[in-house]
Amino acid sequence: MPIITVDGYELEVKAGTNLLDALLSRNIDVPYFCWHPAMGSIGACRQCAVVQYANKDDDRGRIVMSCMTAVTEGAIFSVDTNNAVTFRESVIENLMLNHPHDCPVCEEGGECHLQDMTVMVGHRNRQYTGRKTTFRNQYLGPFIGHEMNRCITCYRCTRFYQDYAGGHDLNAFGSRDRVFFGRAESGVLENEFAGNLIEVCPTGVFTDKTLSKNYTRKWDLQSAPTVCTGCSLGCNTYTSERYGELRRVHNRYNQEVNGYFLCDRGRFGSGYVDSPKRIRQAGMLNAAGLYDVVSKDSAIEHVRSMLANASKIKGIGSPRASLESNQSLRDLVGEDNYCSGMTNTEREMHAVILDVLRSDLNSPSMSEVENFDAVLVLGEDVTNHAPRLALSIRQATRNKSLKLAAETQLSEWQDAAVRELAQNQRSPLIVVTPMTDRLDEIASQSLRMSFGDITKLTQGLIDALTSDVSGEKQRAGSSESNEVVRGIIETLLAAERPLIVSGTSVGSPELLKRAANLAAALKQHKKTAGIFLCASEVNSLGVCLIDNHHSLESILDEAPEVVIVLENDLSLRLGHRFDSWIAKMPRLIAVDHLDHLTTSKADIVLPAATDPECEGSYINTEGRAQRSMAVFKPAGNIAASYHWLDALRDVTRVPSEIRAALANQFSELQVLDDAAPDEKFRDAGGKQPRMTHRSSGRTAMYADISVHEPKQPIDEDSAMAFSMEGNQNRSPSALRAYTWTPGWNSNQSIHKFQIEVNGSDVAANPPSFVFSDSESFCHYPRGNISNNVLIPQFHIFGSDELSAFSDELSQRVPLPYLRIRSEDAQRLGLTKDDGVMCDQVKKSTPLRIIIDDDLPVDCMVYPKIAELFELNGLDNASFVRIDGWHSPPAIITSDRTN
Amino acid sequence: MTLTPLTQNIHPDRGPTGIVEYEGNGGYLAVRDTLANLNPSEVLELIKEANLRGRGGAGFPTGMKWSFVPPDNHSGHRYLVANADEMEPGTFKDRLILEFDPHQLIEGMILSAYTISANIGYIFIRAEYHTAIRRLRQAIDEAKARHYLGTRILGSEFSFELHVHVSAGRYICGEETALLNSLEGKRATPRAKPPFPQVSGLWGRPTIVNNVETLCNIPHIVARGADWFKSLGKGVDAGTKLFGASGRVKHPGCWELPMGTSIREILEQHAGGMQDGYQFKGLLPGGASTDFLVSEHLDVAMEYESIMKAGSRMGTGTMIILDDRTCPVGMIANLEKFFARESCGFCTPCREGLPWVQQLLEGIEAGRGSVQDIEILERQSRFIGAIGNTHCAHAPGAIEPLVSGLKYFRDDFDAHIRNQRCHFKSGDA
Amino acid sequence: MKLNQNIPSPLSEAEISDIEAEISHLPDRKSAAIDALKIVQSYRGWISDASLGAIANLLQMSNEELDGIATFYNLIYRRPVGEKVILLCDSVTCWIMDGDKICQKIKSHLNVEQGETTADNKFTLLPVTCLGDCDHAPVMMVGDELHHDLTTTRVEEIFR
Ligand SMILES: Cc1cc2nc3c(=O)[nH]c(=O)nc-3n(C[C@H](O)[C@H](O)[C@H](O)COP(=O)(O)O)c2cc1C
Ligand code: SF4
Ligand code: FES
Repeated sequence: MPIITVDGYELEVKAGTNLLDALLSRNIDVPYFCWHPAMGSIGACRQCAVVQYANKDDDRGRIVMSCMTAVTEGAIFSVDTNNAVTFRESVIENLMLNHPHDCPVCEEGGECHLQDMTVMVGHRNRQYTGRKTTFRNQYLGPFIGHEMNRCITCYRCTRFYQDYAGGHDLNAFGSRDRVFFGRAESGVLENEFAGNLIEVCPTGVFTDKTLSKNYTRKWDLQSAPTVCTGCSLGCNTYTSERYGELRRVHNRYNQEVNGYFLCDRGRFGSGYVDSPKRIRQAGMLNAAGLYDVVSKDSAIEHVRSMLANASKIKGIGSPRASLESNQSLRDLVGEDNYCSGMTNTEREMHAVILDVLRSDLNSPSMSEVENFDAVLVLGEDVTNHAPRLALSIRQATRNKSLKLAAETQLSEWQDAAVRELAQNQRSPLIVVTPMTDRLDEIASQSLRMSFGDITKLTQGLIDALTSDVSGEKQRAGSSESNEVVRGIIETLLAAERPLIVSGTSVGSPELLKRAANLAAALKQHKKTAGIFLCASEVNSLGVCLIDNHHSLESILDEAPEVVIVLENDLSLRLGHRFDSWIAKMPRLIAVDHLDHLTTSKADIVLPAATDPECEGSYINTEGRAQRSMAVFKPAGNIAASYHWLDALRDVTRVPSEIRAALANQFSELQVLDDAAPDEKFRDAGGKQPRMTHRSSGRTAMYADISVHEPKQPIDEDSAMAFSMEGNQNRSPSALRAYTWTPGWNSNQSIHKFQIEVNGSDVAANPPSFVFSDSESFCHYPRGNISNNVLIPQFHIFGSDELSAFSDELSQRVPLPYLRIRSEDAQRLGLTKDDGVMCDQVKKSTPLRIIIDDDLPVDCMVYPKIAELFELNGLDNASFVRIDGWHSPPAIITSDRTN
Repeated sequence: MTLTPLTQNIHPDRGPTGIVEYEGNGGYLAVRDTLANLNPSEVLELIKEANLRGRGGAGFPTGMKWSFVPPDNHSGHRYLVANADEMEPGTFKDRLILEFDPHQLIEGMILSAYTISANIGYIFIRAEYHTAIRRLRQAIDEAKARHYLGTRILGSEFSFELHVHVSAGRYICGEETALLNSLEGKRATPRAKPPFPQVSGLWGRPTIVNNVETLCNIPHIVARGADWFKSLGKGVDAGTKLFGASGRVKHPGCWELPMGTSIREILEQHAGGMQDGYQFKGLLPGGASTDFLVSEHLDVAMEYESIMKAGSRMGTGTMIILDDRTCPVGMIANLEKFFARESCGFCTPCREGLPWVQQLLEGIEAGRGSVQDIEILERQSRFIGAIGNTHCAHAPGAIEPLVSGLKYFRDDFDAHIRNQRCHFKSGDA
Repeated sequence: MKLNQNIPSPLSEAEISDIEAEISHLPDRKSAAIDALKIVQSYRGWISDASLGAIANLLQMSNEELDGIATFYNLIYRRPVGEKVILLCDSVTCWIMDGDKICQKIKSHLNVEQGETTADNKFTLLPVTCLGDCDHAPVMMVGDELHHDLTTTRVEEIFR
């Protein structure tokens, strides 16, 4: 570790980094704009200037950009010398020439990095009297607003969007003092990670429209550390509320999981909390088929009596609900009557993931994925099914360039230089999927195959690695496919760290099993080989762990008298079987938050808190237990599902007591408690605040109702308070509601909470992995390879249960389509844009025909969206043309006029 | 023995020198000789020995620049680029060679490419040089036909293909790393250095960028040796240089003269002195981005170190003369308007700082200046004007005429502010 | 990147083959962006949004990626220009040599401002950086033709 001198003090800093990173890591404030901890340096803004001295006798030194200067043993710098201070002041002065004076109405105000840096360098007096450059703003879709006049031309947006996230529809236009950042013309920003622009932009150019519609300043938001429930990756988020409404979701740094970035489903998909379809009162179905609102007590009374009179009571849990809620249901109905709410196939797929996580196979964390230098994707539609992972895989393909850089004595942080050196050279990424994949564009090889053929290919790879010449290989063994197999094997073996990626979007347990076998075979050759399997939902692994081998089908098969469904829309899981199953269900009690097909069939509905409204534990696809804290107390009768279910048994437990019950029964779940301190935790005698010290108007908020300051709600479930009192800076990260330190009001304050830049959180709870990877992996025997003709395509917007209930996000859900090959179209007498309907299902949602000759033979694809749930689970289907049908225009309905 | 090697074939009244004439005058002999008898490192030594310094503006020793190219490990392409972007205001020297002796550049490039083991060359030329582009293309065809270009040139192991890339405009493309981005088909923002293009240049491969005039010196050095080349200069600098003068002189033009020729000689003997009715007031010795020199410097030798000592730079060696009837404030305003317009927009001091400077100068010139404006101009100059303060050398170059202008023509600035008008325009100068 | 293969390309065969020829000696298609813009402009005078889209498609890049490049360079015209573009040098030597007067003359003679096109669509007047002919300042180019040692009478002759 080199020792450098800064303003007369000797500092030991990490080797191989730049001075800005080193100084921030040692808690020395240096202002900056264009540098970003995850994206490195380009030296555009010149804000991070310091003075470097050639040697001890040099008393003049020269201005250098700290972000562009490597720390070398013995180097001498000054941050405070007059030259440097004046230069940095001039940078702000010049950036401000064209920056509008709109802080009071700017949504970034109060958490603006530009404001912070301006205050930090102390530039106050304005001498410029000229006109300011102005631009025209663009419509960028339902998520992101555009206020170009605020731009300070730091190039962070395009660097994130193009270089980091692989987007193509945002760029810098023009030159000189008129560089414009936007699209070629107004239109939706397409990239799945576009929302990060809001956080990446150091000022208010890209704003969060979901926040704008009901804008609240950062200091007035009530927030909590939450876990995104959008998919199985469990990205860490801060969710914020005001006036009982959810206002926004921001990234919460977790070095091992999501780092600095979220996908747009996670960021913009929480609108279901305030959806008009939200169930806010307990309801009972009356004779007329309508719901009567009933009080909490009477609802509980009714359910109790219903349960008392039945002997066969079954509980259907939910992979999107917390472990606490599932356990509470399990406690209510008994372990033999509880199921995780997953179908046979889903259970079987997740069992494979559990096996792999428990085994000695190397299962990397999401951030570790970035270190693998060859990736083979088997069937999984990563970008749509586990979006944030796709961003990590994109970074993994950069390893080739980092290696080239190292050979040229370049450091990773010299971002532009490394990209210019490597150009299009990437580490190998092989994408084997039935459908065109978003990752194809950076893949070294893309293969289109049906899931059955992917399974065979996987076996071929295993055989080649184990030189096991058995039946299947000989059968499949055309010379062409041998060639493919050889090529892939060569690539995997040539890499230092090859990674296999698959997941449950393939819908095939057999493929997952063979992917695991392949990882094991590969490990024989490469100790460093890894496997990453994506589960389906935020808590799929958690619920899989606690159900005693019951599937949805087996529970329903037992002809129960009463079924309690927890936070689960069975229509999506049962698909075409839903109607017949639901008909068989005599009495149905639903504990859920939204009006969907299942709740609409229930006899009694209990209004459940959504994830930001209650605490919960989830186990992500890495086997990592994480705690999501309640952001606010829901109004009225809404309560956490576990509180409802406990109340039905007439018990009252705080979540930690339910976790204790879980730990008692499942030794692996003892780590749940490590994920975050429980409700008894106190720091200096106080709870952890959810509101900021600057929170204003607590008295005024409800002044229209009462002029007295309302009592703040009490949180019995956790060590967090629904107030501003407490010491946020010392909070354990799992209880920290936002990052904020004096002088650093924006999310850039994150480095104050990291051990060093890009390091782990200063107060992180140690990662709590549920599974110890001790068991040696047992190869799966070969099972049957089946092949479905009709396959669902996952979509980042619309394929999960909840996010499509969000106003803005619903506009990005694809309209129903059927993707077929041209020969199939010909056979069926169909042409592009024809409308068809499936004649196996009752409802007649029209699907628009898309011709896609990249599809493998014998494959038809439809989008996995709620509207088409009846197609789910069909192996094959026949479609008929709808005469005179016109495809509706795909228009995003929101504020176009902006 | 010619004392004007660079221009020996140039006869503007006769059109370009074709390959027959070029060869007749000893052209391409250096290529034949080198490919047959010298290895690349021998040529490199020769160029180092000759003390050739870059003629594109910065004056970096060419041999040293080439020596940073890593040894050829045959892992891919290596590039040589001739910088024929010539957009520095007041500069009109490369065009002369490009239009009238294109083979000289081609031969220089073949030899240079051989020395650094480059297999592909580009001539990056500005689009407005239509005639030069046409003649270059024709010359390349001629050279190809005689197998001076292509694979295994003249039966040797060495292959080199040469392309003309016509630019789409923008002064910043002349900056060598911006030029590389432009050649790659991208926005021409300069790149950070290090890494230097020698290591990671065009498409990430080792690349050398040299000015046209620099490259044209190579065949002569190879043909006649380092000592001969050094003997051409009058003082410490080796070789000849294309010097020029424009503005209110009697015979504006461009001449090949020994390095170390004094400013006075160029101005008085070659440019014929000032036009009648005009007095000499100052000059930019090497294009728009060099510092003003004034009467006291007339005897300074046009030599890298001497001009540096006098407070300016050799730049391109083409002087812009300021006369006593032209407003220095207006002239500097014109220069800064140009530099502000041509900023690539990447780094803050240049992108934001130059337009402000431009506005202030235009305000002073228009009679709206204040004393405070001078303070701001000085502050902005310190902010923008040092190498290292900005991402590339564009902005520091841009500030040079302003800083020196404030030094030498302060009276004029003050008068503008005092009188709230330009005393040149109102004819009372 | 998903390309819309269905847009019928408004590029002519000649344009496409010229562009493909450039691509053939470059390491990837995108590297030909500037050449392609210039080729199409040489046929059409300027780059319309439709042309831009077609070129982007041909080079397998997005409109944004291509337009970011197109808008950087001053000799790529993203708005219609007249039959000939007048590039009038506004750099320092021409300024010293009374280039402003020439500019005034052109403006009044053709009745245009900088950046405008004449009513008869014959000429567009644009400023340009030093044309490298300073010993004959003031200088301008009309189309491909260089005119130097300009005087107000020369201007009248040229635009007669
Ligand atoms: C803003 C800027 C513009 C430049 N324009 C040119 C140019 O038009 N022609 C040129 O040869 N060099 C130009 N240069 C210098 C080049 O960057 C580079 O130093 C030169 O081409 C190297 O050649 P040499 O070593 O032979 O001098 C420019 C530099 C800067 C900073
Ligand atoms: S100084 Fe900065 S903005 Fe100016 S041209 Fe160079 S890189 Fe671009
Ligand atoms: S942060 Fe260092 S130059 Fe922008």
